[in-house]
Amino acid sequence: MPEISQAAALSFREAVDRKSLHEHYANLSQQADASKLGMWIFLATEVMFFGGMITGYVAYRNAYPAAFEAGSVHMLFLAGTLNTAILITASLFVALAVHAARQGRNKALVWFLAISMFLGICFLAIKGYEYYDHYVEHKVPTRSFQWDGPDARHAEMFFVLYFFLTGFHAIHMIVGVSILAVIVYFARKGRYTPEYHNPVENAALYWHFVDIVWIFLYPMLYLVGHTHV
Amino acid sequence: MSAKAAGTKTYVLIWAVLMCLTGLTAGVSFIDLHRWSTVVAFLIATAKAGLVVTFFMHLWYEKEKTIWIWAVVAAVWLTLLITLTMGDYLTRGVIRVPGK
Repeated sequence: MPEISQAAALSFREAVDRKSLHEHYANLSQQADASKLGMWIFLATEVMFFGGMITGYVAYRNAYPAAFEAGSVHMLFLAGTLNTAILITASLFVALAVHAARQGRNKALVWFLAISMFLGICFLAIKGYEYYDHYVEHKVPTRSFQWDGPDARHAEMFFVLYFFLTGFHAIHMIVGVSILAVIVYFARKGRYTPEYHNPVENAALYWHFVDIVWIFLYPMLYLVGHTHV
Repeated sequence: MSAKAAGTKTYVLIWAVLMCLTGLTAGVSFIDLHRWSTVVAFLIATAKAGLVVTFFMHLWYEKEKTIWIWAVVAAVWLTLLITLTMGDYLTRGVIRVPGK
C-alpha cells in the first residue's frame, strides 16, 4: 500500500462512506481515470461492432452502386436531416451537462440531461415514423418487399443494411436515453459532485459515440443519390 | 484528470459549426459531383466526427496518453478492416490467382 497522507486518508474514508469511491482505488481521481479508460476501450470495441456492418456496406455499395443509389431515393431525406440536427443538438446539451457537473451545478445538470433525453426520444419517434413509411411502401426486406426498378435483389440488400445499421443505432439510442434517465435519477438525489461525477462523464462519452455513428450513417444511407424525396 | 476543459462558449460554437456542416453536406448532395460526391460526403462526416471527439468528448484537453491510444486504435482497427476487405474485392479481377 502506498503511503497516504493523513488528509488523503480521511477523504478516502469519507468518499467510501458516501459510496462514491470503490475501496480498491486510492482516491477519486484514480477511480475516474480508470473508469474513463474503461469507457474508451468499450467504445473502441463498439467501433468494431458497427465496423462489421459498415464494411459490408462498403463492399456491397462498391459492387452495386446503381442499386444502392436507387434504394437511397426511398429514404426520407428531410426526416434523416432533421434527425441529424436533433442528435447534434442533444450532444450539445450532454456536453453542457458534463460542464455543469464539473462545476457542481446540479440543477443545470438535471435540466440539460432532461433536454437531451427529450431530443433522443424525438429522434426515435422520427425514426419510427420512417420505419412505418418503409413498411407501407413495401421496402422492408421480407417476403412483402416490392421493387419496381432493375436489380431488385441488390436494392433489397441496401435495405437489409439500412435496417441493420439504423436498427442497431436505434437500440443504442434507447440504451443511451435509459442511461441518461439513471443519471438524472441519481443527480436529483445529489449523488454527483465536482469531485465525483465519472458516471456523468462516461454516459456522455457513450452518447457522443452514438451521435458519431449517426453522423456517418446519414451520408451513407440518405445522401447516396442526388434526388431526394 | 483533465485539469482544463472547454466552456459553454466553445460547446455552442462547435454545435454551430456541426449544424453548418450538416446543412453543407445536405446541400451538396443535390449536386452531381460524380464519384466525388461520396468523397465530399465522407470528408464532411469525418470532420464532424472529429469535432465531436475533440471537443464534446474532450480529447483536446486529455493528458492521459492511454486514452489517446484507444481513440486512435479504434480508428486504426476500422481502417484495417475496411482496407484489407476492399483490398481483396477491388483486386479480384486484377491479380491472377494460379490455378483459377
